Amino acid sequence: MSALLEVKNLQVSVGDREILHGLTLSVNPGEVHAIMGPNGSGKSTLSHVIAGKPGYDVTGGQILFKGEDLLEMAPDVRAAKGVFLAFQYPVEIPGVATMTFLRTALNAQRKARGEAEFSTPDFLKRVREVAASLNIPQEMLKRGVNVGFSGGEKKRNEVLQMALFQPSLCILDEMDSGLDIDALRVASEGVNALRTPDRAMVVITHYQRLLDYIVPDHVHVMSKGKVVKSGGKELALELEANGYAQYQEAAA
Amino acid sequence: MMSIAVAKTEKADVAGANFASIVASQPGAGKVADARREAFDEFQRIGLPHRRIEEWKYTDLRALMREVLPVAPTPDAAALARAEAAVKLHAIDGVRRLVLVDGALAVALSDLSALEAGLSIRSLRETLDAGDDRLLSLDTGNPMTALNTALMTDGVVIDVADGAKLAKPLHIVHIASGGAPAAMFTRSLVSLGKESAATVVESFVAGEGAGVYQVHDTAVMTVGDRARLDHVRLIEDSRDAFNIASAEVRVGAHAHYSVAGVTTGALVSRYQLVVNIAGEYARVETNGVNLLNGKQHADTTLVMNHDVPHCVSREGFRAVVDDRGHSVFQGRINVRQPAQQTDAKMMTRALLLSDEAEADNKPELEIFADDVTCGHGAAIGALDDQLLFYLRARGLAEKEAEALLIQAFVGEAIEAIADDNLRELAIAAATRWLEARR
Repeated sequence: MSALLEVKNLQVSVGDREILHGLTLSVNPGEVHAIMGPNGSGKSTLSHVIAGKPGYDVTGGQILFKGEDLLEMAPDVRAAKGVFLAFQYPVEIPGVATMTFLRTALNAQRKARGEAEFSTPDFLKRVREVAASLNIPQEMLKRGVNVGFSGGEKKRNEVLQMALFQPSLCILDEMDSGLDIDALRVASEGVNALRTPDRAMVVITHYQRLLDYIVPDHVHVMSKGKVVKSGGKELALELEANGYAQYQEAAA
Repeated sequence: MMSIAVAKTEKADVAGANFASIVASQPGAGKVADARREAFDEFQRIGLPHRRIEEWKYTDLRALMREVLPVAPTPDAAALARAEAAVKLHAIDGVRRLVLVDGALAVALSDLSALEAGLSIRSLRETLDAGDDRLLSLDTGNPMTALNTALMTDGVVIDVADGAKLAKPLHIVHIASGGAPAAMFTRSLVSLGKESAATVVESFVAGEGAGVYQVHDTAVMTVGDRARLDHVRLIEDSRDAFNIASAEVRVGAHAHYSVAGVTTGALVSRYQLVVNIAGEYARVETNGVNLLNGKQHADTTLVMNHDVPHCVSREGFRAVVDDRGHSVFQGRINVRQPAQQTDAKMMTRALLLSDEAEADNKPELEIFADDVTCGHGAAIGALDDQLLFYLRARGLAEKEAEALLIQAFVGEAIEAIADDNLRELAIAAATRWLEARR
């Protein structure tokens, strides 16, 4: 089986400061990988670089997605090819109705892939189904994107998009931040419903708690811009018990 | 072409000597002719306004316009035919259309039949010949208004009787037919009686082949007690045209006046609006959007005069400026001593899409009453990188993501237009600009 995502010896800087110092990660279809680590270890940087956020200099290494050089692609091309980043802090876009945004984005992706655009009735039907499964009221879809949404609603809106766009790689950046236990459960159920043999997920989190809901196949510990340890889901429990201190020393 | 004077940049070049021949060909005698002569003298004293005149600091017509073009000739059959084609392109459903071609009311292209009860529509020409004083009430302190008074040729004079509520919006279309470069001098009057209601849309458009021309337009509007006037302006002139307009609106007690403008056309445009709130408990809303690129320059200058207590005014203005475009917003709120309990707010925001784009915002508040709520805010910025990245990460190409954010920025201002059809119209004008940009 060839890897869906291959990050090889990735080195990334912001300005003069190197944040990732040679990170390697391989994710196969169907797998859920958790990336854990203390604040400042470079977890979010990794997710931003995979999605194509400007402002990061890749000074070495490469990222292959389905065998193609991801770093050569514009962010929208990556999205159309199946990369989805669920943002830690989804932005508010006043004046752009959620429904308009969803339809514009979905059709832009389909068009880029050479697929027919969804007709309005088909689109509405799909959104309604997915929204209902996530307990997202129709009224929310009429509002500006994330405008006036609670933290939980914003995260559910990310999961809604994931379900609608059907990406092959989902990167969840600190999905648990700012969520209470009920909101976390609803969002996690939405994510779990999207687990399929050909879709992979990279779950970035600071705490083990999220991994009780989204159970990973592999766990990686990041510290100071590198993966310092990889293991199975039991590694997350060990971290919960012993903390990150030992890995921070290992990376130093 | 009629034999007329060309008023040039330098004061010395304003050909006052030929003025007698111009005024002789313009409508109105007696008082009107006297007013024309006085106004022309006034204009001649100053000439085209320039940057050393405070209100024209950002729109130096002496540098931008340089000269006043000859007065356009009365449209002939060919001009009317070209105008008719343009009318069809800019037609709006469900309105009563009033068409001015090269500054003259074109009766054949206008819908003057079966007027609703209480509605009267006449041409400026016939009204001036009848000596209607209301058309001479504009402040001549503004040299361009003075020039307009001196040379006004035609326009529409709309009177709505007390209690009449017009179901159909009135659509005044100003068309440059595309003859030789010329100037049009128009003046219109909209007078709403007590408890009446009307919607007036003004469009400024170019016929096929119309490039360089000048629109010099003025309007006098009166909103009677408990009346409501909804006013929309769409500036879609040729990209080589000048559109210099000014209006004075008097708002009565418990009356409601709202105006929304969208400027996407003209090389240089200026709209100077003076609102005199004269009756208590009146409400005034002004909204505008300038969408500019290339070397376009658009100036919106608003003066809101609160003279009486208990009135509300809301001014919202937005600009989207690309390339070397230049948007100007000057907003002045005067709250005079008797105008206690005034609630006046002004907000202006500009979005700059290029390094060379320019936006000047000049809010001014002058308050002599002590029990008021007044405020203003101004913001100028670029598109938010965080929002752009979010949209791109969801599959929108760069231009598409920008367009969506610009549309949202503009939409927030346009949403203030109450009438669904008119709002759609304003959105369509903005959308055309966005699509041309892609």
